[in-house]
Parts: sequence; C-alpha cells; structure tokens
Amino acid sequence: MLNTEITIAGVTFKNPVMTASGTFGSGMEYSEFVDLNCLGAVVTKGVANVPWEGNPTPRVQETYGGMLNAIGLQNPGIDVFIERDIPFLRQYDTRIIVNVCGRSVSDYVEVVEKLSDQPVDMLEINVSCPNVQHGGIAFGQDPGCLFDITKEIRAKAKQPIIMKLSPNVTDIAEMARAAEAAGSDAVSLINTITGMKIDIHRRTFALANRTGGLSGPAIKPVAVRMVYQVANAVKIPVIGMGGIANAEDAIEFMLAGATGIAVGAMNFVNPYTTIEIVKGIEAYMRQYDIGNLTELIGAVR
Amino acid sequence: MEQKKKETARVYSQRQIAPGIYDMWIDTTLAQQARPGQFISVYTQDKSALLPRPISICEADTTNGRLRIVYRVAGKGTEEFSSYREGQRIDILGTLGNGFPLEAASGKRVFLMGGGIGIPPMLALAQAVTGAASVDVIAGYRDRALFLAEDLSKYAPVHIATEDGSVGTKGNVMNAIEAEKLEADVIYACGPMPMLRVIRDYAAKKGIPAYISLEERMACGVGACLGCVVKTRAVDHHSHVKNARICTDGPVYAAEDVDI
Repeated sequence: MLNTEITIAGVTFKNPVMTASGTFGSGMEYSEFVDLNCLGAVVTKGVANVPWEGNPTPRVQETYGGMLNAIGLQNPGIDVFIERDIPFLRQYDTRIIVNVCGRSVSDYVEVVEKLSDQPVDMLEINVSCPNVQHGGIAFGQDPGCLFDITKEIRAKAKQPIIMKLSPNVTDIAEMARAAEAAGSDAVSLINTITGMKIDIHRRTFALANRTGGLSGPAIKPVAVRMVYQVANAVKIPVIGMGGIANAEDAIEFMLAGATGIAVGAMNFVNPYTTIEIVKGIEAYMRQYDIGNLTELIGAVR
Repeated sequence: MEQKKKETARVYSQRQIAPGIYDMWIDTTLAQQARPGQFISVYTQDKSALLPRPISICEADTTNGRLRIVYRVAGKGTEEFSSYREGQRIDILGTLGNGFPLEAASGKRVFLMGGGIGIPPMLALAQAVTGAASVDVIAGYRDRALFLAEDLSKYAPVHIATEDGSVGTKGNVMNAIEAEKLEADVIYACGPMPMLRVIRDYAAKKGIPAYISLEERMACGVGACLGCVVKTRAVDHHSHVKNARICTDGPVYAAEDVDI
C-alpha cells in the first residue's frame, strides 16, 4: 500500500503535487485537461484586495529551456474571487491554497481577513513577485521587511500561511529564517528569477515591462539548490518549485528537502504534467519499495 | 461537444506555397470540432523551445479528419515545422479560441479581409459564410508571391492588393476596396495590427460591424497564464479590469470592443 500523503502545518494532502501560483488560474481552465481531484492542492493565481490590471503586452517570451513572464499579477480582486473561484474549487476533493498579493501591508491584511471565514486550507503570501513596482518583491528582499509583514499577516490570518520566497536575494536561507522567526507556518520557493530579453532586430526590450521572471526547466538546478539550503536552515515545511517537468524532478526536490512540490511553467507546455507526476511518483515508490512518501523528504545523502 | 485536448497527430502533407510560407495538412481528431477563426497550438520537437506556437486553422477536412495550417517561418519553431514531411509526428493542442461569429453574415454583403499571414483563416470562413447575400475576399500581399488566392477564388471573388503593385491594386486591402468600389454590410478581418486599425476606422465611418482576429505572445493558450491580453472598452468577465484574454475570449473581437 503506497502512502503518498504529506502534511504541512497540520493540513494533510493526498499527495505532494500542487500547482504553482499564476500558472493554473483557479483551476477552471485546466479542469478540461486534468481531474483536479487527483491533485494534492490547487494553488491559485495571486489575488489582491482590488482588481489589478497587470502590465502592458508583450507579457511573455520564450527563452532557452524556459520562459520570461511579466504579467503583473492581473487579477479580479478578492470579492470576485470569493464569489466565483472558491465555489468552483470546492466542487473538487483537493486542498485549496490561495495566493495573496498586495502593494502594502494593509492590502495583504485586507485579503487575508476576507478569506478568514472562507473554506480554504492555506494562504500563500506572495512577497516575491518581480513584476510589480510597489509591494510584492520589496517585502521579499529584505529580511527585516519580510519578518515584519509575516508577523502582521500571521496575526491576522486564520489559516496556516506559507511565505513564498524570492530567489533574487543574496542568501535565501536568511530570508527563510526571518519568515520562520515571524511565525510563518511554511515557506515555498522559488518564485521566478528576474531576467531580461532583448529583440536584436528591433533593438527593443522583448517584454513591455523590460524585465520578467524566468521560469521553466532552465531554472531547476537553482531551485533545487535553494530548496536544499532552506530545508537545512529552517524547521518549518518547504514547498519546492522551479522548472519541475516530471516525477523525477519532483522526487529530486523532495530529496533536497521539499515536503510538497508545485508545477509551474510546465503546465503551459503539457497540461497533463501534474497528473503524470502523481502517477510517476507512485511508480517510483513501487520501484524502490517506498511505503511512505515522507521517507524521501530531505533524504539526500 | 468541443473539448480542448493535446494530442500527437501526424503530418499528412506539407509543401511550400510561397517564399517562407508553408502549407501543412495534419491528420488529427481535432478536425471534427474546428471552426473558422479558431487556432491550434503546435509544439516543437526541440525541447529547448518550450512554448507551443499558436497557428490559425486554414481549413478543416472533416471527411478525412484533417486540419490545414498555412504559416510563415518566423523563428526557430516554425523553421522546425517547415522541415516536417509526411508521417512526421506532431504534438498539437486545440481547438483554441472562439472563431468568427458566422451568424453576423446571414443575409449580408460580406468582406473577408486578410493581410499576409492573416489570409489563411479566411479560407475556412469563405467556406462557412454560406448564408451571406454576397462575399468578397480582399487579400493583401507584399508582392507577386501570392498564396491561397486560388483556393479562395473557389468560394468568392478575390480582390488582390500588393504593396509593390505587382498584382492587383497597389497598396493595401483598403486601397483595393476603394479602387474596385466594393461595398459591404459586415467585415471579417485578420492581418497585421496597422491593417486592423484602418479597418476598424473604416467600419466605424460606414457604421458597419467589423470582426477582427488578434494575435499576441502566448504561453498556455487556454486562458490560465494571462499573457495574451488585449485592452477592451468594457470590463472583461475574467479579471474585471478591461484586459481580455485573446486565446480564450478571442481571438476574434468586434472591432469597437477592443482598444488596439
């Protein structure tokens, strides 16, 4: 009997496979391809207190083995989200993790408070988006700022919180320690790596926002290294992501110390990626006679 | 019932029909559900190029279960596609987008206006607007390297404009309309943005509807990533911010509804 369950901050997931925020909407678009009941959790696109229109286009560009995006967190705001997206997700037997974004501490707090009586399992706090001018990553690049906002949100949130960390820092372990010290229940990493692409024929920036976040298989080794560093620096659970394309990648992240894993850009490449990973993990467990998937967490020697 | 899916299809045939323009037929189950103005996303075999290429559907052969795409080589992805021969396996996702509103053509005089690589979807549309009072195709090319003009002429008169004046009216599709004194009650168009803007203005002046097909850099193709948005006049139903997703809310819009 294979046990693929994992537990994060008291919340049990049927398996560790989640969707990375911003790559899966609120599940609706991909429910045509994927049985959401088979996923450990759906992590939603970031939602703010009010609708955000996002950045001008072009917002996405392909790069070698990856992609750059500068969507700018376009979202309908928490009121529409509560009315439309949460009821949609409640139809499925999967955990719901709502990604929360904001430009100021009070923005985040407003969203978190509106979600307090909602049937969602956890909140992921996006303090690491590289594509918005104010807020977002500003909170995620200084350990002091990260500590303060984490503490504020932790005090207001009813559900367990996951601080989502940026890789665009000198020492990600220090950031993770700050989040843990302020009471974060878990951390997720990595958000995208800031990048740039230039169109040499037009001599212009390829993205309207000039810079964007790099994701996809190109960033996976960076993400594995950072998950390993963070898992060894804190006691709270780590959710790992960054270029995960298949079950082998997912297992690599777990061995590095991740309790849960999330699929991001690869949803765009193969809409069935998440389901294939769920099946692939089970096959790996059978191959190596692993009864409990949790045995793999941080088991790299 | 139309359902989006990703499948491994097979190339039935491919040939070059103008410099850099390729004409590919694909054996696929998606042919049965394809509608004029929809598109498919085509994946490369080169795994360093992750994202699929959105390509408009030129026509569907439901009898044999085949889709035709006509595309321009614009980069390494389409360059790879152009090397495919009969029998090549090809991963595609579709059918995507909403297509053209055919009912708007009923009993009307219709213009089908295509510019460059915006011409291909006009073929499926020319086959489908059977209830129109009349149909005129206006096709704009760079030069005498025409493509699809003969196919289109089986369904409607084709009026040609070329930038260099080597065939038909010198100039763009609007110049052809003026030169040939053509009139319509409704316009369907696909082509470069400057052409679509001129058509929008023309339609507004004439007080007639124009349905234009847009393109933008895309990632997912299914409405999740919010990469391919266009500014809209009204609040969009997804994000409530006047940014509609071209892949799922479009790619066809009434010209007066979008801010292009």
